[in-house]
Amino acid sequence: MVLGVATRNGRHVSEDASGHSPLAIRGLTVSYGEKPVVFSMDATFESGAMTAIIGPNGAGKSTLLKAALGILAPLSGKVTCFGKPLSRQLEKIAYVPQRAGIDWDFPAPVRDVVMMGLYRNLGLMGRIGAIHHEKVMSCLARVGMDGFADRQIGRLSGGQQQRVFIARALAQCADLFLLDEPFAGVDVATEKAIVKILKELRSNGKTVVAVHHDLSTVPEYFDNVLLMNTTRIAEGAAGETFTQSNLLKAYGGALARVQISAAV
Amino acid sequence: MNGAEFISLSLPPILIGSFAAIACALPGNFLLLRRQALISDAISHVVLPGIVVAFIATGTISTWPIMAGAAIAAFISIALIDAIRRMGGIESGAAMGVVFSAMFAFGVLLLEMTNTSSIHLDVEHALYGNLESLVWFEGQSWASLLSFKALAGLPPELPRMAIILLIIALLTRLFWRPLKISTFDDGFARTLGLPTGIIGLSLMGVATISAVGAFDAVGSIIVISMFICPPSAARMMTNRLEMQIAWSVAFAIISAVLGYVLAGYGPLWLGLDNAVSAAGMIATVSGLILAMTAIAGPCRKRAGVPALSSG
Repeated sequence: MVLGVATRNGRHVSEDASGHSPLAIRGLTVSYGEKPVVFSMDATFESGAMTAIIGPNGAGKSTLLKAALGILAPLSGKVTCFGKPLSRQLEKIAYVPQRAGIDWDFPAPVRDVVMMGLYRNLGLMGRIGAIHHEKVMSCLARVGMDGFADRQIGRLSGGQQQRVFIARALAQCADLFLLDEPFAGVDVATEKAIVKILKELRSNGKTVVAVHHDLSTVPEYFDNVLLMNTTRIAEGAAGETFTQSNLLKAYGGALARVQISAAV
Repeated sequence: MNGAEFISLSLPPILIGSFAAIACALPGNFLLLRRQALISDAISHVVLPGIVVAFIATGTISTWPIMAGAAIAAFISIALIDAIRRMGGIESGAAMGVVFSAMFAFGVLLLEMTNTSSIHLDVEHALYGNLESLVWFEGQSWASLLSFKALAGLPPELPRMAIILLIIALLTRLFWRPLKISTFDDGFARTLGLPTGIIGLSLMGVATISAVGAFDAVGSIIVISMFICPPSAARMMTNRLEMQIAWSVAFAIISAVLGYVLAGYGPLWLGLDNAVSAAGMIATVSGLILAMTAIAGPCRKRAGVPALSSG
């Protein structure tokens, strides 16, 4: 593992000229109105690494993820996943949306939500068999939620809801995990549990990309950092990229000194 | 009332009312969960000008031109709502309110200006439908249900509504997973490759078909209440979508049957001599069911209740 980290830090992130990065974004521009939220964004995410997307509020982090995934229509830009257009690689991707954007009053128990991670394999009418129920329960067990399978999702704490979403992503058996603020509004135990699972995924060669807002935990959790504010500020190994000068460039004067002190 | 009377006078309206109620309740469940329940209200209002224009254009009140006219009016109004929302920066509820009341008013004006008195198309009909007049003269006994000759005399609304219900039930079953997942988590559904925009529009299209099919037979009052009341009451009975659909179908049938019976016999039991509007009574019963579930439904307390901590 130590060796792995050393190699990762020694490697330049945008090395993949062959275009086989799990996720490569070129010239992506997204606009809700007149002003672009994401402008001419480039990013190349390293395979088998954990990358944090960081930047101030309104920097377009979530928008970048959604546009890259085709949830929002970008004005321009190209997104490839393992060298092919992302729209043809969807089966390799697991997306965990922001918890705050979800209607938790929806009438479904925990097991139904995790089962949604298997819908792509099941198709329209594929029969749900014992093997699928077992898969759901094993994914729930990995996030410590197997005791809540029949509870309605609205009757869970924020941390428990996030664990259910992680379980759904695990059920998808993807190679690239994209998470939008996975630690927002969750308890400390859940945050630790989720980080542990994400690091396990990385050890299995999976690629993890997360929009992250807590600067103090960036070097501890992530290998790489993509620093953005509408457009790319810096990208690379956390040790080289997560620096005070880059943070100042991204956050300007808005960043509290306390947070800056967390930087390398 | 003897069996023959029941079969010729009551069975067709009860079946048509039930079929219409279920056909509206099925898409209504998803519209409710998508916070789009008001769309069904809009659809059932805006189909009126479409129906009147179709009548003026063709001179008949046969099924297919009416359906086409109503569907075109519904899609025009959906486009109008969207346009007003985008161009005016107005929230969708207000945009819907403007469009559906204006379209309905336009339909009423058209009705009054054209000579439709020769046929059964007037403002009252648009509101209440003509459930009580859907009788089956050939239905003389239970044996008539097995006689092709007698069955051929069924009011045409009955087979039409049955076919519409069958289509809607099949579509709901076939697209159950895409509907469920895109209603719950649109962004996630997109990453599975589901065309969520098309799914949402198709849901409105299906709601339009139910609304138009039911409109002619049972009128807009039932259509509006059946889109919203049975699903809302069902939501307060369960925390599972599958069970919510089952409850909403049960409530739709109870409303239609009980409403029809109460409208026909309720006033007699009270010593009055006139029956009341079946459509009005069916909608009222559905409202009462909703009130009861709001008071005593096991899952009525959800929003605003703090989430339970880990147990």
